[in-house]
Amino acid sequence: MKYLRLLRVNLFRKKVRTLLTLGSFAVAMFLFGLLVIIRLAFNQGVEVAGADRLIVTNRMSLIQPLPLSYDQRLSAMSGIRDVTHVSWFGGVYQDERNFFPQFVIDPSTWRQVYGEYRIPADQWKAFLGDRQGVIAGRGLAARFGWTVGDRIPIRGTIYPGSWEFNLRGIYDGSKDTDDTSQLWIHYNYINESRTTRYARNMVGWYVVRLDSPDRAVTMAKQIDGAFANSPWETKTDTEKAFAAGFAKQMGNIEFLILSIGGVVFFTLLLVTGNTMAITVRERTAELAILKAIGYSERFVLLYVMAESVVIALAGGLMGVALAKLLTLGGDPTHGLLPLFYLPAADMALGIGLALAVGVLAGLLPALAASRLKVVDALRRI
Amino acid sequence: MVRVDGGGDGTSLVTVRNLGKTYRRGSEEIHVLQGLNLDVDPGDFVAFMGPSGSGKTTLLNLLGGLDVPTTGSIRVAGDEITSMSAGKLTAWRARHVGFVFQMFNLLPVLTAYQNVELPLLLTRLSRRERREHVETALAVVGLADRMHHYPRELSGGQEQRVAIARAVVTDPTFLLCDEPTGDLDRRSADEVLEMIAQLVSEYRKTVLLVTHDPRAAERAHVLLHLDKGVLVEAQRADLVR
Repeated sequence: MKYLRLLRVNLFRKKVRTLLTLGSFAVAMFLFGLLVIIRLAFNQGVEVAGADRLIVTNRMSLIQPLPLSYDQRLSAMSGIRDVTHVSWFGGVYQDERNFFPQFVIDPSTWRQVYGEYRIPADQWKAFLGDRQGVIAGRGLAARFGWTVGDRIPIRGTIYPGSWEFNLRGIYDGSKDTDDTSQLWIHYNYINESRTTRYARNMVGWYVVRLDSPDRAVTMAKQIDGAFANSPWETKTDTEKAFAAGFAKQMGNIEFLILSIGGVVFFTLLLVTGNTMAITVRERTAELAILKAIGYSERFVLLYVMAESVVIALAGGLMGVALAKLLTLGGDPTHGLLPLFYLPAADMALGIGLALAVGVLAGLLPALAASRLKVVDALRRI
Repeated sequence: MVRVDGGGDGTSLVTVRNLGKTYRRGSEEIHVLQGLNLDVDPGDFVAFMGPSGSGKTTLLNLLGGLDVPTTGSIRVAGDEITSMSAGKLTAWRARHVGFVFQMFNLLPVLTAYQNVELPLLLTRLSRRERREHVETALAVVGLADRMHHYPRELSGGQEQRVAIARAVVTDPTFLLCDEPTGDLDRRSADEVLEMIAQLVSEYRKTVLLVTHDPRAAERAHVLLHLDKGVLVEAQRADLVR
C-alpha cells in the first residue's frame, strides 16, 4: 500500500500520454467487445442449437419446399420422437428496414420440438383458437411496442397480399441466448390461402427431435436414404451444422473477427510497449536512484510493470464497459442482429486480454529497468 | 583516524585492502584503481581530490556497493561487501549507505517530504514513525517549513539539502557525497558544506566526499589525493589551506 503513491504520481506525471494510452486500450477493447457481439449474433443459431434436433431441407436448396406428406413418413421412423415443420414467411411490417424472422409453424407439434420457449398457457390456447393469431418473441414485441391483442398488418412477399394477424401471445426464451425476435404464424391459415395446387401442402423444412442425440449421424443418413430418388430429395443436418452453414453464407465471420482482433492487439502491443520504453528511458536517473538507495531489482521490475498493467486494466475495463453499455440499448441494427449482447464470460476474456497486453508491453521495459546498472545510469545523466 | 598505507589493524569502520578496478575497452585494459588501501574510523570526514579520470567516483561507487572491484576487499562495519550477491548488496546499501549526488537526483513528482521518506518505505517503520524520522531529517537540514514543496519549487541548494536529508534519514553507517556542490552557486555550496560539516561535528556522521572544489575539501578532516588510480598523497585538509 505504501508504494501506491509512487505508482499514482507516475501515472499522472504525463497526463496526456497516460490518457492517450488509456484511450487506445479503451478503443481496442471496445472494438473487441463489438466483434464478440457481432460474432455471437451471427452464430446465435449455432450457440443455441439443440443437440437432439435435425433439420431436413430440400436437397436442391433451402428455398425449395418439401411436401407436407413427409410429416407422416418422418414420424413413422424409429428413433424420431417428434416432427414439426417450418416455412419462411418473409413479409414486411410497415417498412422493409423492419426485418425480423417470421416463421409459419405447425402449432400442434411446435412446442414438443422447441421446448425451450416459454409461453403462458392462456396465450397459447388463444393462439390455437385463432387461425389469424400469431405469437411474437419478447424482444420483437418490445421493439415495436406490441401488446397482446394488437392487430399486426404484414405485407406478403413470398405469400403475396396484405395479411392481418392478431397478436395472441408473447414468448420468452429459457436462456439469455434464446432468440426472442421471431414471429410465429399458423401454417393452416397460410396454406389455405394458397391458390395453386403446386404450392399448397408444401413446407419449408422439417425439424425432427431424436430419441437420442448420439444417433444424429445415423438418423440423418436414414432420413435422406428414405427420400432418395424421389421428386423431393432431402438433405439432413444437425441443427448446429445447419445454423453454422447459415452463418457462413455471410462469409467467414470468425476469421474476419480474429484477423481484425489480431491486428488491433499487435498494434496495441507496439504502441504501449513504445510508450513504456519512452517512460523508462525518461526515468533512467530516477530508477537508478531508487536502486542506489536500496530498492531491489524485483521492486523496479514490478514498479514499471504495474504502471503498464494499471493502464491496460483501466483502459480494458472502460472499453468493455462501453461495449456492454451499447448492448443495453438493444439491437441497433433494426433486426439484423437480434441477439445483440455481450456475455460476462467474454467481458472477462476482454479484460484478461487487456491485462495480458499490459504485461507483455511492460515486460521488456521493466526488465531493462530492473537490470539497469546504477553506475552506468548515473554516468549518463 | 584515516590511513592509506594498509597498516590499520582491521578494526576501522571502513577497511579497504589492495583494491583494484579495471575496465576493458576492446582489447585495452584500463586500470582505474590499483592496490589501494584505506582505513576510515567512525566520525571521520574524508575528502578525495584528484584530476578527472583519477578514479575518485569509481572509488566512491565501490565503497557504496554500487560497483564491484576487480581485485581486493572492502569491509564496512564488519561486513565484507565484495563477496555479497547483488540482492544482498542492495539490502546492505539501504541499511548502511547514504548517497548525495551532484545532480541532487530527487524524484520530481514527489514533495520534499515524500523524497526523504523514500528510503524509509523499505523499512518496517509505521507511517507515524516514518513521519517522525522525515520531519527530524528535514529539520536537521533546515527545511522543515518546505517539506510539502516539490523540487521544482526549491532552489538548487535547498534541493541538495533535501537530498542530504534523504541520505541521513535512515541513520546510515556513512555518507558518500559525490561532488555535492558541483552544481551549486558559491553561497548555496557553502550552505551545503556547512550542513555536511555539521552532520560530522554534531551527529558524529562518517562522511566520504569526492570533490574538485578546494573549499569543499578544506572542510574535511583528511584530504586524500587520487592520481591515476593510486592514493598518492594523504594530507589533512587544513594543511592544504
